[in-house]
Amino acid sequence: MATEIPVMLVAEASAAVDTVHASTDAVAGMHEAGAALHSKVFPPFDPSSFGAQLIWLTLTFVILYFAMSRLALPRIASIIELRKARIDGDLSAADAARQKTDAAITSYEAAVAAARAKSQAIAEETRNAIKADIDAKRKSVEADLFKTIADAEANIQAAKSAAIYHVSEIAADTVKALVTQLTGSATHDEALKAVTTVTKE
Amino acid sequence: MADPNKVDPIHQFGLTNIFTFGDGGLGFTNSALFMVLTVVLIVTFLLGSTTGRSMVPGRAQVVAETLYDFVANMVRGAAGAEGMKFFPFVFSLFMFVLMANMFGMIPFFFTTTSHIIVPAALAILVFLVVVGYGLYRNGFKFFKLFVPAGVPGYVLPIVVPIEIVSFMSRPISLSVRLFANILAGHITLKVFAGFVYSLGSLGILGFLGASLPLIMTVAITALEFLVAALQAYVFAVLTSMYINDAIHPSH
Repeated sequence: MATEIPVMLVAEASAAVDTVHASTDAVAGMHEAGAALHSKVFPPFDPSSFGAQLIWLTLTFVILYFAMSRLALPRIASIIELRKARIDGDLSAADAARQKTDAAITSYEAAVAAARAKSQAIAEETRNAIKADIDAKRKSVEADLFKTIADAEANIQAAKSAAIYHVSEIAADTVKALVTQLTGSATHDEALKAVTTVTKE
Repeated sequence: MADPNKVDPIHQFGLTNIFTFGDGGLGFTNSALFMVLTVVLIVTFLLGSTTGRSMVPGRAQVVAETLYDFVANMVRGAAGAEGMKFFPFVFSLFMFVLMANMFGMIPFFFTTTSHIIVPAALAILVFLVVVGYGLYRNGFKFFKLFVPAGVPGYVLPIVVPIEIVSFMSRPISLSVRLFANILAGHITLKVFAGFVYSLGSLGILGFLGASLPLIMTVAITALEFLVAALQAYVFAVLTSMYINDAIHPSH
């Protein structure tokens, strides 16, 4: 029996490869050969079980289909979609951050350059201002000095001429006194005139 | 079957009633039980692993997402973006066949796909979906499917019948491929495992001889895992390609 069955099954398998009809014929043949014993029918081809199996298959497969199409697959799809969106978002955020960093570096460099230029300008300006200030102060001091010198010179001149005038007055007084002593009469004007004539020579 | 010492490789395919609805009504067999278990496992796993909706997925969620991506890429690759409306259908088929096959790999578990009616019903469903959607979307242009473009007119009387026959035989080839692979695999496995048992009971020489079928049993078990996954994949890929035919009937 142990050797018979595989031989019988090889025949079965080859029949199965042919067509379903051929196989069911074989089953029918077996059914007759197997007498009334239900267990002798090759179960995979037993048409009496087809109806019940079809009903259960329909029931289970319909449930499976709706569970897949309504619950499981949309959920997995949304998970994958969400992850993809997240990864894309993170990547673009990273890109944006990188661009921001680049912009920050550029603006920093620009700011440094501007600050350097500004500091140079301020230094230049300060230098010029100080120079101008010094110049102005020096000029005013010089002007003051010149004025003082001029005043002093004027004072000296005034003092000199005053001194000279006083000399003439004294000489005129002396001359008048002398002439009065000698001649008895002489006016102040005459004396002054005479002195002037003398000093001019 | 009555003799416990005799190995019966057919026994594993037998249907047993677990309970019956009503008097002589619809029976809940081991086949029905494993269909229900298949669906329950798929739904609980896919929903359970994704309840967290984690941005950084755990192991279970990675498996769920990988299955999703795998089938989604398969459908998109075969049938294009428009084919994605059939993605839940193909995904359900793939998961159902895969899980039913994998359940079958556990000892004492029933393999629902080993009964011709289950793959046949699924294949006929695919066929009806393809024909129905093809006619709905393309109208009579759908029949261009049977007239390959660029074939000279005088060859058409030969080509068109061939195309029609090949199209009509699709549900048969689709179902028989899956069913025959699973059935043959399980029988082979059982027969080789039976050899181990019968040889092992023949004394010391037979005990040594039994190591050969034992090695074979291990090897075939590994092969059957491959076949179980591969047949689910083949079923889903072919479904995607047939759906592509419904969307784009002109070759």
